[in-house]
Amino acid sequence: MAMLVMATVGAAGHPLPKPLRVCADPNNLPFSNDQRAGFENRIASLLAHDMGTTVEFSWRPQIRGFVRKGLKAGACDVYMGVPVAFGPLLTTAPYYRSTYVMVYRAKGPVHVRSLDDSALRSLRVGVHMIGDDYQNTPPAQALASRGMTDNVRGYQIVDDYSKPNPQARIIEALERGEIDIAIVWGPFAGYFARRSPTPLTIVPVSPAKDTSGQLFAFDIAMGLRRTDTTLARTLDTLLARERPAIHRILTDYGVPLDSAQVSSDSIHGE
Amino acid sequence: MLPPGSKEGDWTIPGHDYGSTRYSELDKITTTNVAQLKESWSYTTGIADGHEGQPLVVGGRMYVVTPYPNKLVAFDLSKPGPAKLWEYTPPIDQTAFGKACCDDVNRGASYSGGNIIYNVLDNATVAVNAITGKQVWRTKLADPSQGSTMTMAPLVAKGKVYVGNSGGEMGVRGWLTALNAKTGKIIWQAFNTGPDSEMKIGSTFKPFYASMKPANMGVTSWRGDQWKLGGATVWGWVTYDPESNLVFYGTANPGTWNPELRPGDNLYSTSAMARDADTGELKWAYQYTPHDAWDYDGVNEHIVADIPFNGAIRKVVVHFDRNGFAYTIDRVTGEVLVAQPFQYLNWATGVDLTSGRPTLVEEKQTHQGHMTTNICPSSTGARDQQPAAFSPRTHLFYTPATNLCMDYGGIEAKYIAGTPYVGAAVKMYGGPGGNRGEFLAWDAGTGKKVWGIKENFPVWAGALVTAGDVVFYGTMDGDFKAVNATNGEVLWKTHFNSGIVGNPITFLGPDGNQYVAVYEGVGGWAGAIVPGNLSTDDPFAALGAVNAMKDLPEHTKAGGALHVFVLP
Repeated sequence: MAMLVMATVGAAGHPLPKPLRVCADPNNLPFSNDQRAGFENRIASLLAHDMGTTVEFSWRPQIRGFVRKGLKAGACDVYMGVPVAFGPLLTTAPYYRSTYVMVYRAKGPVHVRSLDDSALRSLRVGVHMIGDDYQNTPPAQALASRGMTDNVRGYQIVDDYSKPNPQARIIEALERGEIDIAIVWGPFAGYFARRSPTPLTIVPVSPAKDTSGQLFAFDIAMGLRRTDTTLARTLDTLLARERPAIHRILTDYGVPLDSAQVSSDSIHGE
Repeated sequence: MLPPGSKEGDWTIPGHDYGSTRYSELDKITTTNVAQLKESWSYTTGIADGHEGQPLVVGGRMYVVTPYPNKLVAFDLSKPGPAKLWEYTPPIDQTAFGKACCDDVNRGASYSGGNIIYNVLDNATVAVNAITGKQVWRTKLADPSQGSTMTMAPLVAKGKVYVGNSGGEMGVRGWLTALNAKTGKIIWQAFNTGPDSEMKIGSTFKPFYASMKPANMGVTSWRGDQWKLGGATVWGWVTYDPESNLVFYGTANPGTWNPELRPGDNLYSTSAMARDADTGELKWAYQYTPHDAWDYDGVNEHIVADIPFNGAIRKVVVHFDRNGFAYTIDRVTGEVLVAQPFQYLNWATGVDLTSGRPTLVEEKQTHQGHMTTNICPSSTGARDQQPAAFSPRTHLFYTPATNLCMDYGGIEAKYIAGTPYVGAAVKMYGGPGGNRGEFLAWDAGTGKKVWGIKENFPVWAGALVTAGDVVFYGTMDGDFKAVNATNGEVLWKTHFNSGIVGNPITFLGPDGNQYVAVYEGVGGWAGAIVPGNLSTDDPFAALGAVNAMKDLPEHTKAGGALHVFVLP
């Protein structure tokens, strides 16, 4: 792709309006779905518009093997929403920063503020299971390191894809009273809490950094093939220019934004 | 023992015979003439993906199951090859393609009652008429949208098709299912975790070791309801012993939970399972790696053999485990007779034959966020599913092996389904000696290596041994070799453009000649990096494997073909 872009720039003097080709999950709100109703869909469209082109989505569940089978196979040029320094990819400058959060029923007896709150030990805690051998979310590991396993219940992050928003099962379990508290990635919590018939309280996971060095907040960027530096530079420029508009989109979806400043330094090139 | 009605010159089930010895009585190819072997014909499948498993030969025809989209291709062996007869394309749910763990592989078919029976990635077992290529029945066993896939080769015995599921990484709960070979109807299904009733554990369950005797260990050896996402899938091989009427298989790692999150033995993950072939009742079980912390799946085959042990012939199953130990187990009682390392390992100092448990080395345990260095073998295992062979002439087992170690620890950014997290960084590298693989001959009665051939890359192809005392195997950098079964002398080799991760077979052609066939097409877990320059996003496995295998693309490339050899 980088070579193609360079070639067209060289020939015509300015980039031809090639579509911005984005790999996206067809069923993963609030991030994306095949109705283009997610915030990543909207951010991608915004950037494509700025490039004078349109966005072309390639739909594939973002689960094990998705980089090899999507971006590597040439189905797209960009993944939205990957953590900065995500191993297999070149990443742009981050365009937002969110955090894992604790979610519980607003009108219930739970008022937990910290992973170190002893009240947590007597609650039924739900966490997402990642779905790769022996890799789990930071809260799951943090609970285990505090000796909490009996009261922790796992929900597959990659649950039944034949149903809408499979990642929302854990929030539904909270609404039903199957668990007392869910500790999940902020964007899920912010989005589904707004739509929940049950009022829910959301607080960032604290402490922000665990004693093991485990982090709960992440800078989020766009991911590209390692060779696509030209496209990465273009996107970096647009992400900086559109920061206010992107912030508005994220706020619309209830994404809890971490107070720490998003780094403006692009880390590609390593 | 061959299935009733099978001819010695055919190859009708995955492992040649019920016990999966991969030993053929054919003896026209010998140690003295094998050097003259020439390619007779080849066929390009058009799919550049890992070609695991093996073709079948039945009644003058050959059958090939391709990787996804799992086409079945039939050839007429009475004509100069490749004489393609027909191609069957199964209906397939494309969502399965994104779900398979390590590559979109298929490990082959079984023949029974006029049908070729195999599993499609989207969890359907299909039976196809071997003459017409028309589908006879199709049974959907699970929904791929929930993470399950099927990659293993079914075994057909006593009119039943034994199949198992993949997808332990997705929190799938493992099972073995028996289908009616004529109709595809489910006869029984037995889970590998959970309450005794769902595991088909009853009064006839007699495990040899005390730790497995209490009731409902499939529940109580987990915390809470973790067994529901317990993994212990069945993506390896099933074998059968007609005399004891037992089917044997191994179970995969305990599902998605980190070791620290799932205290307990986590039964019956990483275990040998022996079930009554008719009823599915569990007769005995033995767990290889209690509370697995290294991804040492126990799915490798259990070869049924009668071998000398302490001066008497014993009826055993022999199993080369991912954890680096080779086990010789009394197949009726489940008693472990021998457990010795067949590759270098350091996570345990040995296996205590009184308790049946490995003696762990505490500093080689893995903990997320903590650095554990130099764990051997790596999570690819000292051997993966690629099956061994057993010759009743030499009484030796011939097995591929992997010699990789790993550092587990550090933290790196990962993500899935929109969710970022930090996980362990796994770095793999060659083990002691620097060779990353070996092909070796093993005496399972004494637990000793008889000879070994060091290989640059892990040996990810299966073995074949014949009455001509020739052993065949392939390498990931594309060499197909014939060696002397007695001493390991390399007698012949040829080279393919793409590496070999399939299992060689031999058969008698309609012209009376003995042929040897094998797939080329590198892939599977350790080979998955070859088709592209990007590392995969599989955090524990392939990312780590990329380090150990980074020079593989210099030695081989992606491909997919069948090669057939014969003496001139």
